[in-house]
Amino acid sequence: MLAFIVKRVLLAIPSLLAISFLVFLVARLAPSGPVEIIAGDKATPAIVAQLKHEYGLDKPVFVQYVNYVVGIATHGDLGKSFQRGGQPITEMLRNDFPVTAQLAWQALLFAIIVGIPTGILAALFHNSWFDRLAMLAVVALVSVPSIVLGPLLIMVLALHLRWLPIDGWSSPMHTLLPTVTLGARSAAMLARFMRSSLLDVLRQDYIRTAIAKGYSRGRAVWKHGLKNALLPVLTVMGTVFGALLSGSFVVETIFRVPGIGFESINSISKRDYPVIQGMALLVAVLYIVINIAIDVLYGVIDPRIRSQESPK
Amino acid sequence: MSKPTVSLSPSADAWRRLRRNPIAVVAGIYLVLLLTAALGANLFTRYAYDFHDTQRYLTNPSPPDHNHWFGTDALGRDVFSRLLFGARVSLGVTAVVVVIEALIGISLGLFAGYRGGKTDLLLMRLTDIMFAFPDLLLAILLSAVVRSGSDALPGWLSLGTLFFALGVVGWPGMARLVRGQTLALREKEYIEAARAAGVPERDILLRHLLPNLSGPIIVQVTQDVAAVILAEATLSFLNLGVQPPFPSWGRMIFSSLNDMASKPYLLIVPSVALAITVMAVNFLGDALRDAFDPRLRE
Repeated sequence: MLAFIVKRVLLAIPSLLAISFLVFLVARLAPSGPVEIIAGDKATPAIVAQLKHEYGLDKPVFVQYVNYVVGIATHGDLGKSFQRGGQPITEMLRNDFPVTAQLAWQALLFAIIVGIPTGILAALFHNSWFDRLAMLAVVALVSVPSIVLGPLLIMVLALHLRWLPIDGWSSPMHTLLPTVTLGARSAAMLARFMRSSLLDVLRQDYIRTAIAKGYSRGRAVWKHGLKNALLPVLTVMGTVFGALLSGSFVVETIFRVPGIGFESINSISKRDYPVIQGMALLVAVLYIVINIAIDVLYGVIDPRIRSQESPK
Repeated sequence: MSKPTVSLSPSADAWRRLRRNPIAVVAGIYLVLLLTAALGANLFTRYAYDFHDTQRYLTNPSPPDHNHWFGTDALGRDVFSRLLFGARVSLGVTAVVVVIEALIGISLGLFAGYRGGKTDLLLMRLTDIMFAFPDLLLAILLSAVVRSGSDALPGWLSLGTLFFALGVVGWPGMARLVRGQTLALREKEYIEAARAAGVPERDILLRHLLPNLSGPIIVQVTQDVAAVILAEATLSFLNLGVQPPFPSWGRMIFSSLNDMASKPYLLIVPSVALAITVMAVNFLGDALRDAFDPRLRE
């Protein structure tokens, strides 16, 4: 089991390095540096050089990258912001990250509570009116992006009916619309996957055997079907989590939720690229760690996965 | 069947089944109309997309009337014009990105699948690394980093960033699909016969393998189109995509947020256009998958 975890972690390292290098390099390719912006028009070349030295921007790009990675690896230093009086980025992340985590967590919960039962019911009553309606809703929700769903929900529920606040993040009521907007697409994905997974299981011999031995259909599904059908659903959790992370940028922007997505988008216009870089790296690491956790969990639940050559 | 049975080629059969699917036909007609409107945007609109109609209206935005069918936005620009020109931009970006994705994905997939061995291992490792990361997230991060490093990109460069960010991240799905199909096909007798007859590798790949992969590739391309339209709209919404003065549906939605209480049409018009377009592509994709499914052939 330990060997499986170690292998999974080692496999993730190239992905992480590739992404961090890509993010780092692309920022350096930009036409003009941020130092000129901070220094302003009237700065002498000496001041610009001084600032470049202070931020380590006078060294070759590759050296900068190695320093950056070493700084993170040795004492978790992500550098400091070009704006905000050079506030350390780790400090900003400590403020913003809990908000994004709460939003993502609530959205995941919403997606599971709505998606999984819908998928199960649609599979059990295959080809019924409920099944058809649910699958129509799934296509609709997959097609309506959060940039459409979010504003429409605000318009109807906040502006016209005045049931909920428009934006912000100061009370549980404020989190309701962002949570639904972020979770809707994932709920649809989970419902569709849960349905097809359970339909597969229902066709298996062991379900037929259980019913032949005198189990009712409901009991056969409950005792033998669901556990086996839920297993493949766990694998799409990685995809769902990716959708939630990228979605959080959009949803936080729509509802002005002070998380890392909102902060990153704000930092773009200020050309504060150490901030973007740090947030990008955090999001990338988070995504990869969660996916390893899901793979490991999958290995724990299903011993067949562990013994396989490549865990993919 | 009373009519004499004629055996059809797989693509002719798929086409016939597609035409019998009412949802696919409606979706197809909508998309053809949209494409026509986008290509002929200057013929169908009365105002340029960046014309500020400030003389006629002292207070902008102003609601729909007989001059401006969908009203004007906060800067006095005709919403109908911006919708059609926005469709041109969105569909144009989508076309370029999907072609980039398809070119990279198909060639890598064909090569990896046909050559096998080390080539396959290397190319698929690369694909796995790219696949390990969600497309839209990588596109957001890449464009965010590019955008943060420069003040105002010239219009063509902002489009270039968009092509890069979306094209670079989108190909692994296609590569995996084509590789898998190629692996299965390369053992077929007709490929072996071609090899035995001394047909060069390039011709085997392009003239014998590729045409037989067209079904799955078309289905995958349709799915990519839906994903790219959404991704472009989302990036433009976040101000990471198409830059002004070019109109984009995603940016139109973002701009409408401030006036949404008093001028709901500014939000509803681009939102409905975006949602219906993606839905049409998705429905067409589902129908294509069914049409090309050999298990459902007559």
